[in-house]
Amino acid sequence: MASPEALLICEHCDTVYRRRALVRGDVARCACCGAELERHHALSVNAMLALILTAFIVFVQANMWPIVTLGLNGQHSSTTLWGMIIAMWREQAGVVSVLVAATLFFFPLMKMSLLGWLLWFARAGQRAPGFRQLMVTLHYLGPWTMSEVFVLGALVAIVKAHTYFDVTPDPGIYAYAALTLLITIFAGVDLRQLWDETPEPLA
Amino acid sequence: MSALPRAAELGLIACRVCGLVCRDVRGDERLDGDDRADAMACPRCGATLHRRKPNSYVRTWALLIAAFIMYIPANVLPIMRTASLNDVDDNTIISGVVELWRAGSPNLAVIVFSASIVVPVLKFLALGTLLLSSQRGSEWARLQRAKLYRLVELIGYWSMLDVFVVALLTALVRFSVLSRVEPLPGVIFFGLTVVLTMLASMSFDPRLIWDGKDSDD
Repeated sequence: MASPEALLICEHCDTVYRRRALVRGDVARCACCGAELERHHALSVNAMLALILTAFIVFVQANMWPIVTLGLNGQHSSTTLWGMIIAMWREQAGVVSVLVAATLFFFPLMKMSLLGWLLWFARAGQRAPGFRQLMVTLHYLGPWTMSEVFVLGALVAIVKAHTYFDVTPDPGIYAYAALTLLITIFAGVDLRQLWDETPEPLA
Repeated sequence: MSALPRAAELGLIACRVCGLVCRDVRGDERLDGDDRADAMACPRCGATLHRRKPNSYVRTWALLIAAFIMYIPANVLPIMRTASLNDVDDNTIISGVVELWRAGSPNLAVIVFSASIVVPVLKFLALGTLLLSSQRGSEWARLQRAKLYRLVELIGYWSMLDVFVVALLTALVRFSVLSRVEPLPGVIFFGLTVVLTMLASMSFDPRLIWDGKDSDD
C-alpha cells in the first residue's frame, strides 16, 4: 500500500483518491458526490498566526465594550456580552445563558487560544506540547462558535428596538463586525493541514 | 455504482478526526483481541476508527425526534415579553417576525423567518428524508441528497439568531417600570431545538447515502 499521506478519502462518500499537488486557487472536489476534498493552503502559518492575533485583540474589544445603547425619555441603557449572559441567568433562562456563554465566549476563546498556541510552534516547524489532544479538541469545537450569528442577531435587535427607543451603536458592535470579517477569511482554512506540516516527534 | 474505488472495499478507513487514511484491520485474522483494539485507534490522533459513524441511524433518529418534540413548545409558547406602563405583549417566534415585517424592516423579517422557521423545518424534512431513503438503500437522487446534507450542515447553526435577539433585548431594555423585556420559556425550548438538530445532523453519516443495503455498523 502507498504511504497513507499519499491517499485521500472523501468524508462524505468514502471514495478513495490519490493526492495531487494543488496550486493557488485550486480546490479538489470529489468526483462522486461533489464535496470538497482539499484546497490549496493560501495562508502561510505566519499569516494564520497574524490573523489569530488580530482576532484575539478584536475579540477582547468586542467583549469589553458595550454593544449598543438605548435611550428612552432621557434614560440610557447599554450592555456588553457578559451583561447579556448575566441578564438571561437572572431571568430564569439559565439554559439560554449557558448557551450564549459557550457559543459566544468560551468556545471562541478556546478556539483562538488553541490555534495561537499550535501555530506559534508550527512557525518553527514543531508540534506544540499537547499537540495531539489539542488538535482533537479543535476538531470537536468545530461548529459551536457563533459570533457571526450574533452580529446578525444584534442587527435584528437594533431594528426591533428602533421602533420604541433611540438607538446608538457602540464600539462593541464594530468590533464584532471586524471579528466576523476575520472569521470569514479564516473559514476556508482546513486546520488538518497542521498534521501534515509539522513532523511527528520521534518517540 | 461508479467505478471509483471506495475505502470500505479497499479495506481502508479515513479517521473522522484528523483525516488520516488507515488500514481497516477488523477482518485481519492474524491479530487477536487486544492487538486489534489497539489497531482500531488512529495512529496519528488516537481517535477510534469506525467504517461509519457508530449507530448513525438510531442516534440521528433519536436526536431528530427529541428536537421535534422541543420544537412544538418553542413555537407555541411565547419567547419574549415586552412590558411597558400600560400594556404587556407576549411574542411568539411567528408574531415576532410579523411585527418586524410591519414595524421595522421587511428584509430583516425575511432573514429572521428563514433562520427561525425555514431552517429548522428544512432540517427536520431533510434529515428525515435522508434517514428514510438511506435506510432503504435507495439509489434515488444520491448526488442531490449528498448536497442537501451539506446544506443542512452549513446553515444549521444560524437558527440561534432568535435566541441571541431575545438575550440582547433582555439585557438592553430595562427601564424599570417604563419598559422591560423578559425572556419566556419558548426561547429555552427553541435554543434546545437548535442544539439537538445540530447534534442530529452531526450524527448522520453522509456515506450511508452511497452505501447499499445492510451497511450500518
